[in-house]
Amino acid sequence: MSEEPAFRVRDLAVSYGSQVALKDVTLDIEPRKIIAIIGPSGCGKSTLIRCFNRMNDLIPGTRVQGQVLYHGQDIYANDVDPVTVRRNVGMVFQRPNPFPKSIKENVAYGARINGYKGNIDELVERSLRGAALWDEVKDNLNRSALALSGGQQQRLCIARAIAVQPDTILMDEPASALDPVATSKIEDLMQELKERYTIIIVTHNMQQAARVSDKAAFLYTEVNEAGTARWGVLVEYDDTSRIFTNPRDKRTDDYISGRFG
Amino acid sequence: MTNAPTDTVASPLVPRKGFSRMADPVFAALTGAAGILVLIILGYMVVVTTLTAWPAMQSQGWSFIFSTTWDPSRGQYGILAFVYGTVLTSLIALVIAVPFSLGIALFLTEIAPGWIRGPVAYMVDLLAAVPSVVYGLWGVFVLLPGLLQPLAVWLSRTLGWIPIFAGPGSGLSFFGAGVVLAIMIIPIISSLSREVLRAVPSDEKNAAFALGATRWEMITGAVLPRAKAGIIGAVMLGLGRALGETIAVALLVGSREQITASILKPGYTMASIIANQFTEATGDHIRALVGVGVVLFIITIVVNVAARALVWRMVEA
Ligand SMILES: Nc1ncnc2c1ncn2[C@@H]1O[C@H](COP(=O)(O)OP(=O)(O)O)[C@@H](O)[C@H]1O
Ligand SMILES: [Mg+2]
Repeated sequence: MSEEPAFRVRDLAVSYGSQVALKDVTLDIEPRKIIAIIGPSGCGKSTLIRCFNRMNDLIPGTRVQGQVLYHGQDIYANDVDPVTVRRNVGMVFQRPNPFPKSIKENVAYGARINGYKGNIDELVERSLRGAALWDEVKDNLNRSALALSGGQQQRLCIARAIAVQPDTILMDEPASALDPVATSKIEDLMQELKERYTIIIVTHNMQQAARVSDKAAFLYTEVNEAGTARWGVLVEYDDTSRIFTNPRDKRTDDYISGRFG
Repeated sequence: MTNAPTDTVASPLVPRKGFSRMADPVFAALTGAAGILVLIILGYMVVVTTLTAWPAMQSQGWSFIFSTTWDPSRGQYGILAFVYGTVLTSLIALVIAVPFSLGIALFLTEIAPGWIRGPVAYMVDLLAAVPSVVYGLWGVFVLLPGLLQPLAVWLSRTLGWIPIFAGPGSGLSFFGAGVVLAIMIIPIISSLSREVLRAVPSDEKNAAFALGATRWEMITGAVLPRAKAGIIGAVMLGLGRALGETIAVALLVGSREQITASILKPGYTMASIIANQFTEATGDHIRALVGVGVVLFIITIVVNVAARALVWRMVEA
């Protein structure tokens, strides 16, 4: 491998209260690649992606075991402040969630709370250009963000995330609430973004995973013999082309062919 | 199918019969009538009280509003000192109650661990159910000697060079009444604010956290802007209660009709003058007291309309 991985995940397990939701996840994530997390509903995709920026901490009763190394540093170590982690690892959610403020203030919010010293107007323009939204909103920067279409709102959320200047962007089903045109804009945008950012995307759309990602992680739900407990495991993690054409594991094969068939 | 049991299946276009078909228009008529009835009662109250008070207001002229002399034995009825006392005690109450209420509401929605939230919220809500006369008596027998009197004296000694704290300070004062009013409206404002804060979408909170906000930054950046309008509404409802509160204030305000810059001096309020003098009043005196009630009514209506306008403007924005 040419470069240090952006993330190394080692024996990761997550439980909500006494329920184990995910276990035995070990994988490396190379920088400036798009990594897709795929798998059936409830298998722990969101749980996994929330481990990369410690959003799980906000759910009471969540316990994370194992290691998530970010550029070599364990983000779950005692002396690490989750706020710092989130300033380096941005996130875009399933439903667009702009603040009820102007377009400009949405983009500037993260930079402001992070004490950004540079020119805010320039940063706003740069971020909106980076999210392929500038041309559509440049004359209306003071309009409410809530007046934008769903697809525009989602790109605004991407602009808002990159304005904080992270090096990784997490996306949990970023296009599942959007129409096909808006979806394809987001997918095009991801290709541009990966020149500068590491992107981890959860998607349940297999075609989308095949189109956009360089590597794919397939999660699947395991059930104990009594059928009383279920948890997600990482079944296979490989180049996307390999996962979709020649998977090693039968469960991957079944799932992929079922979804494409 | 030709052999379908057509006689048991209603044609889709035949209207249903019976009560359920009548329910909508009946319901509409009932609710409409209730609404109109409320308006009629309100209008009737305004007209009757104003008519009753009118002779006294007319004989006093503008000095009814702008004079501070209230002397029934000489037939002089100027209510300005009462208006001043009502507004001042309510403002003092708000200045104290708003930060406390918001603090409680934010603590219970954003900070406290889950198992604390329910019981504490319940206890705060219970405080809203305590009768105001109990607050007043508690204020007089417990709070006045234990807190208000010493605090008023201390304030006038240390901050007396500021006109609003000029001494000699007394617990039976605008200040004392304001503190007890604050305690009375904290449960209202905090429990309404709590509902408003709870309604802030967690999506937006997560958005703020994901951008690297601390809990405090999340609250100021995402929660409060979204909840602003509702919180103002809650505060205005608290203010409405403070403006009209009678017994507790009558027991603590000191009952002296005067306008002083110092909040540590005794004063009077509109509701408490009515309560104190109504039973022994006759003739013009009664009419003047009813006039005080009319003015109080107008003030509370103006506050409510202003609050609504404010909330609407913010919701639009
Ligand atoms: N906040 C939560 N509290 C308790 N259990 C949760 C929570 N979020 C998810 N889970 C459980 O964890 C498992 C994985 O959920 P999730 O990560 O959301 O799956 P996916 O995103 O793949 O659909 C599910 O069984 C779900 O019920
Ligand atoms: Mg999910």
